Amino acid sequence: MTEQRAPVLVLAVGNPSRGDDALGPLLAEMVETAALPGVEVLTEFQLQVENSLDIEGRERVIFVDAGVGTHAPFEVREATPAADFLHTSHALSPEAVLATYLQIKGESPPPATILCVRGESFELGEGLSPDAAAHLQAAWPKLASLCAAGVAETRA
Amino acid sequence: MSPAALETARNKDGLRRVVIEPLSRVEGHGKVTLLMDEDGHVQQARLHIVEFRAFEKFIQGRPYWEVPVMVQRLCGICPVSHHLAASKALDQVVGAKQLTPTAEKIRRLMHYGQILQSHALHFFHLSSPDLLFGFDSDVARRNIVGVAAAYPDVALQGVLLRKYGQEVIRHTAGKRIHGTGSVPGGVNKNLTVAERDELLRDIYQIVGWSRDAVRLVRQLFEASLEEYRAFGSFRAHTLSLVRADGALDLYHGGLRARDADNRRIFDHVDYSRYWDQISEEVKDWSYMKFPFLRSLGPEDGWYRVGPLTRVTRCDFIPTPLADRERREFLAFDEGRAALATLGFHWARMIEMLHAAEAIKDLLHDDDLLGRELMATGERQARGVGVIEAPRGTLIHHYRVYENDQVARANLIVSTTHNNQAMNRAIREVARRYLDGRTLTEGLLNHIEVAVRAFDPCLSCATHAMGKMPLSVQLVDADGTLVDTLVRG
Repeated sequence: MTEQRAPVLVLAVGNPSRGDDALGPLLAEMVETAALPGVEVLTEFQLQVENSLDIEGRERVIFVDAGVGTHAPFEVREATPAADFLHTSHALSPEAVLATYLQIKGESPPPATILCVRGESFELGEGLSPDAAAHLQAAWPKLASLCAAGVAETRA
Repeated sequence: MSPAALETARNKDGLRRVVIEPLSRVEGHGKVTLLMDEDGHVQQARLHIVEFRAFEKFIQGRPYWEVPVMVQRLCGICPVSHHLAASKALDQVVGAKQLTPTAEKIRRLMHYGQILQSHALHFFHLSSPDLLFGFDSDVARRNIVGVAAAYPDVALQGVLLRKYGQEVIRHTAGKRIHGTGSVPGGVNKNLTVAERDELLRDIYQIVGWSRDAVRLVRQLFEASLEEYRAFGSFRAHTLSLVRADGALDLYHGGLRARDADNRRIFDHVDYSRYWDQISEEVKDWSYMKFPFLRSLGPEDGWYRVGPLTRVTRCDFIPTPLADRERREFLAFDEGRAALATLGFHWARMIEMLHAAEAIKDLLHDDDLLGRELMATGERQARGVGVIEAPRGTLIHHYRVYENDQVARANLIVSTTHNNQAMNRAIREVARRYLDGRTLTEGLLNHIEVAVRAFDPCLSCATHAMGKMPLSVQLVDADGTLVDTLVRG
């Protein structure tokens, strides 16, 4: 891969038309609007094997997704490769994306963080629930600081 | 007892209930329930898929021109199929009876990209772990990382095939997801020379890997012939689109229905009145309807759609490498692989090869660079679009008010067409592998292997973290939970 890539990748996951599943795409839009230097944004319905190629050449990957039954308003944790496939359907977990990278590239994936914002309702055609809207506002400063820290790591 | 008889147990008293819910690596909500007697004999086996019907409400009242974009949000796995089926239906509403050459070829390119990436994902990621390691192999290894460790070249090719298909979609639809390329009456972008050249750079490698994938499935069949031949197999009527000359055509054609012996039921039927041929039955134990061929009635008229049907029921495939593989598939094991449920995988890889060849041919066609993108005509109130999606026939049907709002929408997705066929497959597996035996994760996985062969996909359940654990519950006759196995 010869192309120059932004050192920080925000990989946001979710379907904008499924209620609080829109949390990931909405945060991705906020990052794009902020035009943070050194940060690229990708949005997906769900993570898949080819996302292991999107993380190549990055200094930091930040996965952003809605969560069910997770801490409110959000939780942040480091992600490490794990063959964590069986609790999902066609989709991969962030850990499984990292594990796929490890296997197909034969090297450790870039360091990765998960920002999981709690959602409450995921029905098709619904808007964001009031709780999720509050969680979104609480999560944005955290995501911005994670992006800034990721870029600072690159420069250090 | 025949698999067909396992739909409803004669006497449910004293039977214990096994629930596999939700099915791992199957999109949407699905569960299998088994009722077993004290001796462990299967008395009833049912696949329940919670069909999501709210999409029709989701669409009603919207301006029709928004529909091809918004229907992509019904499904995260095959959004392009919905994008194109809706566009085809709404072509009729705007009176575009004949698309421009550029528009039709851009749409076809997009569709072949979708077929390529979807089939690659299904085979390499969802099914190859079962096929390469065995249905009851170590569950911790039975995933793409396990495949990558044991077969690194296979795993890498799977990822790169999928990636290539996504790039075709990105260049034709405008974006990897939520694309806007196809619109009622045509497309809103052509391919630039730079985009075409970028795709041309890797296409010969993609064709080669696709051919290797067909051979890999053949080797898997040869290595386990007895098991593959019989696994979950049954006789079925079939339904698919075919081109006017009988060729495989995944984008457009007439409806062809054949019986289990490949005899004609109907052929080259205009799909714009599909309801003259197909109806849907409701059963009290399932949320999902059971479609059937009207001429045969609900009891006998159920049918199977998807890659196995398309490859075995077309007269030929209009690309040379895929057609050669089709003929070898049909001849293999005196034709029995083409009847086997696991033949879905072989047929799927033949279609992937066809998609790769079709992409190659299209990339050499300058019509992709043309500037005539839109066609128009006399406005109509109704439109029907049918496409062969990766998993099978997909029908979109809309009625539009004069003020451009959608008055009514009806969608029949491939998983609905295959509802009864999948139930037949799991009953056959339950009878053959589970009957009278102590249930283990490996044995229960046989049920999932049968379902996965069809690759059912619904308007998606959300993928959100923690949303979909897999649990297998064993409940006795009075409803007491005896045992639970949780994966993930």
